[in-house]
Amino acid sequence: MARIIVVTSGKGGVGKTTTSAAISMGLAKKGHKTVVIDFDVGLRNLDLIMGCERRVVYDIINVINGEATLNQALIKDKNCNLLSILPASQTRNKDALTQEGVGKILEELGKEFKYIVCDSPAGIEQGAHLAMYFADDAFIVTNPEVSSVRDSDRILGLLASKSRRAEQNEEPIKEYLLLSRYSPERVKSGEMLSLDDVQEILSLHLLGVIPESKSVLLASNSGIPVILDDKSDAGQAYADIVARYLGENKPHRFIDDKTGFFRKLFGGK
Amino acid sequence: MSLLDYFRSSKTSSASLAKERLQILVAYERSSSSQPSYLPQLQKELLLVIQRYVDVSQDAMTINLEQNDNQETLELNIVLSERRRN
Repeated sequence: MARIIVVTSGKGGVGKTTTSAAISMGLAKKGHKTVVIDFDVGLRNLDLIMGCERRVVYDIINVINGEATLNQALIKDKNCNLLSILPASQTRNKDALTQEGVGKILEELGKEFKYIVCDSPAGIEQGAHLAMYFADDAFIVTNPEVSSVRDSDRILGLLASKSRRAEQNEEPIKEYLLLSRYSPERVKSGEMLSLDDVQEILSLHLLGVIPESKSVLLASNSGIPVILDDKSDAGQAYADIVARYLGENKPHRFIDDKTGFFRKLFGGK
Repeated sequence: MSLLDYFRSSKTSSASLAKERLQILVAYERSSSSQPSYLPQLQKELLLVIQRYVDVSQDAMTINLEQNDNQETLELNIVLSERRRN
């Protein structure tokens, strides 16, 4: 049975697509056949982050409408042959994404893939709803910032009430926290909500903390998921997250401020 | 962070203010999202009826629907003002 993971947050710009690209690549690199689906109809960007934007021919709406087969629409990743990408449609109206259509696609993908990663759009409209509806696991991407934490809490409410598992009284979706753009230095100086602050409100199972990192922008510039940059802190954070999700025991990193006393004293960066 | 900031930072942290605001807001939103959607309208209409007979202000009334295992309780709390009671 395939495991369906939704990467969601409510708020935009917190790192959903970065995370979807990184964890799907991470799962595939660990030897699991994985597909990542962009649910942001009208504003697709996963293709760009994965570096396959020029190879998009058909998209998810084409498949739902029967204009292309799934195999025609799936793009094989150039870095890892166990990973495929199903792009969102760029031009059509977003009502074309139907629950029945998405259900069929997921069922068919489930026969071939071990993990199905659904990259949710921001907001709580149809695309976001369908990205989470069929999920088994939810990766809640949250920034240590008031509006992001509030929206994450709202999404948790929706996962618990508006999902297939909730509607059919099955075991609830497993919810995991991915705290991204974290800056231990700013937390220490009282400028940023700490991991503990966020957890006091959301109390989720922590999958990992992703530090604020220059490497994320560099990775998106070149269309290579940041997890492949194994020298970068964000890349390592995502690798840890994938390992923890798969049941490996990895101690948490990037939570505490490593800046030394003397650097602080002289205001160095 | 400079030497000066190092001694200054403990006084007021904006992060603790953020946390406090969030806790209040999230608690409120969680309780209101679990209630049925007709509740605000019900409250408004009840208030109008009550106001025909007694002088009560908008915020003098709270309405709450609680669900236990086998029953639902609609709790209505109206605070009447002191001077108008005779």
